Amino acid sequence: MSPEPSRRILITGLSSWWGGRLAQALEREPGVEAIVGIDTEDPRHELERTEFVRVDIKETFLRRIIVAAAIDTVLDTRLISDPLLASLDHVHRVNVEGTRNLLAACSGADSQVRKLVFKSSARYYGSSSDDPAFFSETLARTEPPQTRIERDIVAAEEAASEFAAARRGTTLTVVRCADVLGDDQRSSPLALLGLPVIPSLLGFDPRLQFIHEDDAIGALAHVTRHDLPGRYNAAADGVLALSEVASLLGKPVLPVLPPWGLGFAAGQLRRLGVRVPVELVRELRYGRGLDNRLLKASGFRYRYTTREAVIKLRARQRLRPLLRSGSESYRYEREVEEFLRWSPSVRTVRETARPAPDGDGDGGVDELGVTELIEIISSLEAPDLARLREYEAAHGAREAVLEALDRNLARRQSDNSDE
Amino acid sequence: MRRDLATADLREELPGIEPDRQLNDWGRSQRVEALFDGALGGFLYHYWFRVEVEGIENVPDRTGAVLAANHAGALPSDGLMVVKAVRESHPSRRSVHVTTDRVFRSVPGVGMVATKLGAVADHPANLQRLLFDESQLALVFPEGRSGPRKPINERYRLRRFDPGFVRAAGQAGAPIVPVAVVGSEESVPVLARLRPGARLPGPGPLRRLGRTLGLPVVPAVPLPAKYRIRFLEPVPPQDLASADAAEDLAQQIRALVQENLLEMVAARRSVWLG
Repeated sequence: MSPEPSRRILITGLSSWWGGRLAQALEREPGVEAIVGIDTEDPRHELERTEFVRVDIKETFLRRIIVAAAIDTVLDTRLISDPLLASLDHVHRVNVEGTRNLLAACSGADSQVRKLVFKSSARYYGSSSDDPAFFSETLARTEPPQTRIERDIVAAEEAASEFAAARRGTTLTVVRCADVLGDDQRSSPLALLGLPVIPSLLGFDPRLQFIHEDDAIGALAHVTRHDLPGRYNAAADGVLALSEVASLLGKPVLPVLPPWGLGFAAGQLRRLGVRVPVELVRELRYGRGLDNRLLKASGFRYRYTTREAVIKLRARQRLRPLLRSGSESYRYEREVEEFLRWSPSVRTVRETARPAPDGDGDGGVDELGVTELIEIISSLEAPDLARLREYEAAHGAREAVLEALDRNLARRQSDNSDE
Repeated sequence: MRRDLATADLREELPGIEPDRQLNDWGRSQRVEALFDGALGGFLYHYWFRVEVEGIENVPDRTGAVLAANHAGALPSDGLMVVKAVRESHPSRRSVHVTTDRVFRSVPGVGMVATKLGAVADHPANLQRLLFDESQLALVFPEGRSGPRKPINERYRLRRFDPGFVRAAGQAGAPIVPVAVVGSEESVPVLARLRPGARLPGPGPLRRLGRTLGLPVVPAVPLPAKYRIRFLEPVPPQDLASADAAEDLAQQIRALVQENLLEMVAARRSVWLG
């Protein structure tokens, strides 16, 4: 057990959604001295003090970074669990070879790494007819891995376990995450649920479990913050049937897929160049449920249940056509970022001085999105509005929110003067 | 806030109930159950099988328990009737989860409907969660696949009880309530059986099902035999040290059910009128 908290953190896969969001969450923690992020592409998330190194996952580079920055904690978020995101060869390179390289770099004699957080996937368990209704962390999968991605995930986890077993004093935390429902996520279940009519397998109504994006990042931040060796499932409370998910989304389910021969058809289509994720076909048959209680017992609180995450998804699916044009996009420019971080002319106070909202606890106003806040504002009374206006001006000062507040305040005042 | 994870009681962390949902986390659907009950279950229970229940007080009020019953026929009418009997005549109107062979999950339609009616695959982890974590009632058929396989001339002769349910109950600290069901053998008699392993037409999973069970020849409609369901005194949970102890207890329970079955069969005057 290493009771010392993590101070110097290396995040792999910084440019992915996982790495970027996790870095944003950890930047607010005053206890964290340094965050170094690596990836092969430029970051897509706006970061304040995380340092980005554009580097391939090669042992020699990694070893130098880990030693030079005196990294004590490695957060490995690279694992690709969704076949829709990359070609299978690329997935194999990232999941298996990349993990091996990273672990080799961490296990050097002069490395000070004492904690490894490995982001894994619920796909580790597979999906078959012999499965228990709720996989707990101690249960192994019921049949050997059936697809390449599953094989790669299992191999990567094994490599991480071997690393932790060989290196005494190293804490290994594996987080097996259910499919994430979130905003700028791309995944096969999201693609499926985004269709106007949700196709299903004739005669099957699989049980599905998701996790809201905030909870997924919160879970990783939680295991980084605390000393939690072992394996943890991260999935929201509640397992829904596909039909239930569809009715929450307000979409019809159409059992158009034949129950037999679909795996074969998917294989043939892949030969022709059309990628149908075999994993998804299997999950449409048997689904999967996870036992999420161990992570809860460790002190983590989920903010959303699976049902609530699906309801949020519905709101987003309906709002997307309206919001697309207005969404601001962040572009990484190395010179600008370096100027902001290191130039003596920059005068802004470091954000870390501000007490961070507790990622585990209840979300304050700061954590609400602009759209959510505006929804709430219209239902508030005048004194509350004034107080919120004051708070927002002092803290977030988001323009859209302030504008909405002013508009509502003005309307309330004119209402009062009419009386 | 943090506790020692190895000893933490995870029962405190079970997900809460969301009142707007019609399904629970097992996939059981209140709506489908009510629909089935209204359309068929009530009719079968009251008028077709005219179920009579004895010893319902032996089913515990709150705690988890295993109901271990004899099984007959390819159609699970006995399971449905035991579930309905507990729901109708137990003072707390408890619901029962029926454990079924995992093979059924891969059959299109069958697995889906069974899950919605409260069937749960017979995985040890499922039993542990039902009995220990959720304190529910689980109905098991310890004869396993050989129960519904026996032909009509061997009716009410119990096969070996698989000790899995005894182990699961011991682990969860749940009592076992042996259940004797009379009438099921005559309502869905297995008249003949296709040789297991015979080459059957049809797609993969159906063939697999046929291979494992051997397709039985049964009447298309369950015959209106009179049902009697007797719940016996609960067997308290036991700490089972060895595999032999589990096997012994399983066969003791088998003997208990067998004894009661023979007594009930001897006492009835007619198969159809009871």
